[in-house]
Amino acid sequence: MNPLSFELVLAPIPYFWPRERVLAFYEAIAEAPVDTVVLGETVCARRAELRLPDWIALGRELAAAGKRIVLAGYALIESESHLKWVRRLVEQDEFAVEANEMGTVRLLAAAGRRDWVAGASLNVYNPYALAQLHEAGARRWLPPPELSRAALARLLEGFAALDRGTIETELPVRGPLALAHSARCFTARHYQLQKDACEFRCLDHPAGLPLATREGADFLVLNGVQVLSARPWSLMDRLDEATALAQALRLVPAPAGTLERIVALDRARRLGERPAPEPESCNGFWYGDSGFVYRAPSPSPLAVR
Amino acid sequence: MNPSRVRRPELVCPAGNPAMLEAAVEHGADAVYLGFKDATNARNFNGLNFDERSLAQAIDTAHTHGCRVFLALNTYPQTDGWAHWTAAVDRAAALGVDALILADLGLLAHARERHPELHLHLSVQGSATNYEALAFYHERYGIERAVLPRVLSLEQVAHVVRQSPVAVEVFGFGGLCVMVEGRCALSAYATGQSPNCHGACSPAKFVRWEETPHGLEARVNGFLIDRYAPNEPAGYPTLCKGRFAVRGHTYYAIEEPTSLNTLELLPRLIDIGVAAIKIEGRQRSAAYVAQVTRVWREAIDAALAAPQDFSPRPQWLAALDRVSEGASHTLGAYSRPWK
Repeated sequence: MNPLSFELVLAPIPYFWPRERVLAFYEAIAEAPVDTVVLGETVCARRAELRLPDWIALGRELAAAGKRIVLAGYALIESESHLKWVRRLVEQDEFAVEANEMGTVRLLAAAGRRDWVAGASLNVYNPYALAQLHEAGARRWLPPPELSRAALARLLEGFAALDRGTIETELPVRGPLALAHSARCFTARHYQLQKDACEFRCLDHPAGLPLATREGADFLVLNGVQVLSARPWSLMDRLDEATALAQALRLVPAPAGTLERIVALDRARRLGERPAPEPESCNGFWYGDSGFVYRAPSPSPLAVR
Repeated sequence: MNPSRVRRPELVCPAGNPAMLEAAVEHGADAVYLGFKDATNARNFNGLNFDERSLAQAIDTAHTHGCRVFLALNTYPQTDGWAHWTAAVDRAAALGVDALILADLGLLAHARERHPELHLHLSVQGSATNYEALAFYHERYGIERAVLPRVLSLEQVAHVVRQSPVAVEVFGFGGLCVMVEGRCALSAYATGQSPNCHGACSPAKFVRWEETPHGLEARVNGFLIDRYAPNEPAGYPTLCKGRFAVRGHTYYAIEEPTSLNTLELLPRLIDIGVAAIKIEGRQRSAAYVAQVTRVWREAIDAALAAPQDFSPRPQWLAALDRVSEGASHTLGAYSRPWK
């Protein structure tokens, strides 16, 4: 098959890992064939194994290894101290910023920055909304998880028709879906702890806390204040469809298998190989279906023949 | 509290149909909020909401009684639905609603550009939890009010109100989303239908009840949300309010099926300077609206008249208990027992 062309982006680590684990992970990433690394804590402000200067220092090391760096902001801002943190994020101009809530967007736009990434939680569902963020300075955006392939295609056609310039599209290629965000911590709740005295129990669960129905069906994953899908989203077996719409594909770090997936994605670029289907994943949203659904790829006309 | 600076919060009540609107108006609502009969609003339920004709009548009825009408157009249109959503904005403007409640950036821009006279409120679905976010919507789209997601503590709400360039509306009573509104795709994951795109959460058409040897089971699109013993009260299987298994323990892993009641915080909400208190429940009944509106009207008036002496009267709490969903009440994020 044809080699594919796309920028490979590594998403921020959604889980709370100890500092040493984070540093070891990125040490390996420095050598791996990813183009862009998005760094930072986006889920919970209490998670501070690395602070902003640590992320910036890590960014410098990865930049020296040839990676493009983006620093991601929190998805939920509740207090003045969170806002102070966002101001510092926006004031540093060494690296681009990913905005995951609208206060961050305001600060980026007010600073006149034109290099930022509009995260998936900004709820862009139509070309007119995208034009608003583009006008505010976004140079790249991520669609919300629910947006189907067909809806994304029409959105991008619609945006092109507005003739407002260009914006890059980044699509998640593999990782759990970020389904919901709360001020309430579900991990602390599980341990019957107060959020402000959570004993950082997320550190014990490097892939979050699996939640099953009462009859044992995997359903969700509790990741502190965030709820993830139990099945990982995957377009690994839809790379041709994904790269027809997006310039960049985003992989979410996992406790295991990340480097292997990076290699598989890179081989799709260099050698034209395609990763095998992943029936335990989900892609329902890609078809406008329930998110948990998995549809196997339809055989190509060539394979049928 | 300096009495000369007290801001009288507006009581904003749900109107899922004309009977609910009349109940709200009659029992002292300062404003009602409602939506069109389609996916343009976040309570897109069968038999609910207004068409053009009933909306015109509703506005007439409300205005005759000095009650304002806010129209919720707070779902996120996709490209194919764009013309339908903008037509709804234009129709609402033509009918003379007192404000539009919007969430989508594209629709906000459309409304500002085409209808500069329209008052715009940012919906809770806009997920704006801080004053910088409110400033964004104010500077770019001229919003005059924002409804805050039900995730902030009372102190955090107070801080937002102090710094906000726009008036702030908060939820006071009713069903409780534990997730940041506008940021929840749990229903979409399980059913393909979401609050953001379809105006529905855990929609009834996906709900199945079944008596089994294990007890009464409630499923949403096949996912077992809860199972009830014979003597247990069974509630609507909203996805986040079921009992699930985490590391061998089965419990309300996300949220208990309680509802929000902030009556006891009322003097504090007034002191903070919130512009409006919103009652959830467009999907409920005229009896619900009548009861809740009457109690909150009395309570707000009592708290304004004598804030130091205010405490929720037992008959108020009893009346609210009779109509609330779930067996218990919570102060939600305002007071964070879980924090």
